[in-house]
Amino acid sequence: MVMETFVVTEESGLHARPASVLVQTASKFKAELRIEYDGRSVNLKSIVGVMSLGVPQGHSFTISSFGEDEEEAIAKLSSIIIGQGLGQ
Amino acid sequence: MMLQMLKGIGASSGIAIAKAHCLYTAAPVIEKNSRLGAGAELERFGAAVSLAVTQVRELKELTAQKLGEAEAGIFEAHLLVLDDPELLGAVREQIRAGETTAEYALQEVSQQIVETFESLNTEYLRERAGDIRDVSRRIMNVLSGAATGMKSIEQAVIIVAHDLTPSDTVQLNREYVKGFTTVAGGTTSHSAIMARSMEIPAVVGAADALQEIRQDDLLILDGEEGVLLVNPPPEMIAEYEGKRLELERRKEQQAKLAALPTLSSDGHQVELAGNIGSPGDVAAVLQHGGEGIGLFRTEFLYMGREELPSEEEQFQAYRSVLEQMGDRPVVVRTIDIGGDKELPCLKLPKEENPFLGFRAIRLCLETEEQALFRTQLRALLRAGVYGNLKIMFPMIATLDELRQAKAVLAQEKRKLEQAGIPAGAGIAVGMMVEIPAAAVMADLFAPEVDFFSIGTNDLIQYTMAADRMNSRVSYLYQPYNPAVLRLIKGVIEAAHSHGKWVGMCGEMAGNRAAIPLLLGLGLDEFSMSAPSILAARECIMQLSQAGMEELARKALSMGTAEEVIALLRQEAGRRT
Repeated sequence: MVMETFVVTEESGLHARPASVLVQTASKFKAELRIEYDGRSVNLKSIVGVMSLGVPQGHSFTISSFGEDEEEAIAKLSSIIIGQGLGQ
Repeated sequence: MMLQMLKGIGASSGIAIAKAHCLYTAAPVIEKNSRLGAGAELERFGAAVSLAVTQVRELKELTAQKLGEAEAGIFEAHLLVLDDPELLGAVREQIRAGETTAEYALQEVSQQIVETFESLNTEYLRERAGDIRDVSRRIMNVLSGAATGMKSIEQAVIIVAHDLTPSDTVQLNREYVKGFTTVAGGTTSHSAIMARSMEIPAVVGAADALQEIRQDDLLILDGEEGVLLVNPPPEMIAEYEGKRLELERRKEQQAKLAALPTLSSDGHQVELAGNIGSPGDVAAVLQHGGEGIGLFRTEFLYMGREELPSEEEQFQAYRSVLEQMGDRPVVVRTIDIGGDKELPCLKLPKEENPFLGFRAIRLCLETEEQALFRTQLRALLRAGVYGNLKIMFPMIATLDELRQAKAVLAQEKRKLEQAGIPAGAGIAVGMMVEIPAAAVMADLFAPEVDFFSIGTNDLIQYTMAADRMNSRVSYLYQPYNPAVLRLIKGVIEAAHSHGKWVGMCGEMAGNRAAIPLLLGLGLDEFSMSAPSILAARECIMQLSQAGMEELARKALSMGTAEEVIALLRQEAGRRT
């Protein structure tokens, strides 16, 4: 299992477009991917789940990855989060 | 049967006369315990979801063809929800654990998600709650084998419903559905916007419609006035039938004008554009033959809310307008707030003299870190990729303000580029001319902008130092005062000598009395409310630009507004 923590820099928080980009990317991997914020953990492959977390700007969230392509998944997601200016 | 009148909000204009077709959305009776067993329920659910996916894909195609890609985006979100492992997983889990019917499990799960979203209190999630309702209703309909109630319609009807979802609206059969009315909704609801682009007369927010209207009652629907007449007497039907035919005839006539360029009788071309306040207004501009958007007021994004709109929310709004307009120019005015416009999200102190106070570009440049301004510019730059965007700064008084605003824009563009985020290239940058200081100095501003847009409402009140809302001095608010006309003339001349164009986005630009004069002064773009566009085109097509130049020359040499008005009357009289 690998984990990575980010702080949301996107102003609108982790809603809308950022959430769907993450979900679409996550869905391409076999690993079990979860996102945790404020003590709640949801499936990163679920748009409903990710949006219901409602992570606001300035707060941190953690992504965990477990399964055969776990390293690859977390690397890809990290590059999207940082590259698209969602978080750091 | 007695005549009855119901009031609602006119959401899409036009008149419809037909029998009522009521869609009662009484909640279907859902049984909790399955008689088929979990295995069979899971199979039913899976099959219903895949059928729903097929339906949504078809709807998305249909909407893209009929209304454009932007509208089809609604269904993209539906597809994501239909593929959601949490939602689907929770339903399956419920079926397995509780031995319940698929319907019951779906209802429980979607209700819970909707409640979570609605409690999160951001507009975006409230909308998504609507998507989840729409999607789960669709699966529910497939499960219960219920038709949507609209496929069976085989005669002319007016639909009466609690609310219509986007899926309902786009599927309306134009051959039979003459209009619709809903209990819920406002002018900016999805169904109202789609009704306008499909040109179906509609009245929304008619609170008593479902209680007062019975199946097959005869209805007259007036989408302009927002009125429904139930069981009207024959003479009233005849009157409205006459109105309907007249409207249709006028629409046909004007539709011919809508596709034509705006040419004066001697071949001088100008551009007629629309003023809009939100993305929902674009359809009306296009329908009335607008060749662009001359003023997109962005204040709506900031009104009536506690928190500032995010960059993403603004980006979506700007992008929507640009995509709807295609290649046509869209002039967006950066935020013009402060002073007399109260905005709860900004907490500005009250001022003694708001029109001469801390507002518009002044506020943008001087608030903390220019955050408000920078956010808007980033959203605009990003949206610029999707169409023909032009950015315009309001309330510019000095060259220094213009230079500062342009520098901030350039900085934000560079930042986006460094972050690898696409930003529109070659976006024209202009300014409003509404302060006399800027009008007088137009020859020095002209080399530093791509265009001017004259805001007559403020220019007149600042030039005459008269508040038109104050009845004791409103007589001094004189659009035709030669002082105002000379300022306008000076701005146009200065721009033209530097090869720049000039628009006008105040009320004067759409005024039929003023148009001959403005054409003569050399105005390049006239921006007005959508319903004025076709009448303005009709007017300009009858005028000779050379003749109007002569008229303008005379007007500029006059001493009073009264003399100018008399001259314009004489000219109008000569033409009719």
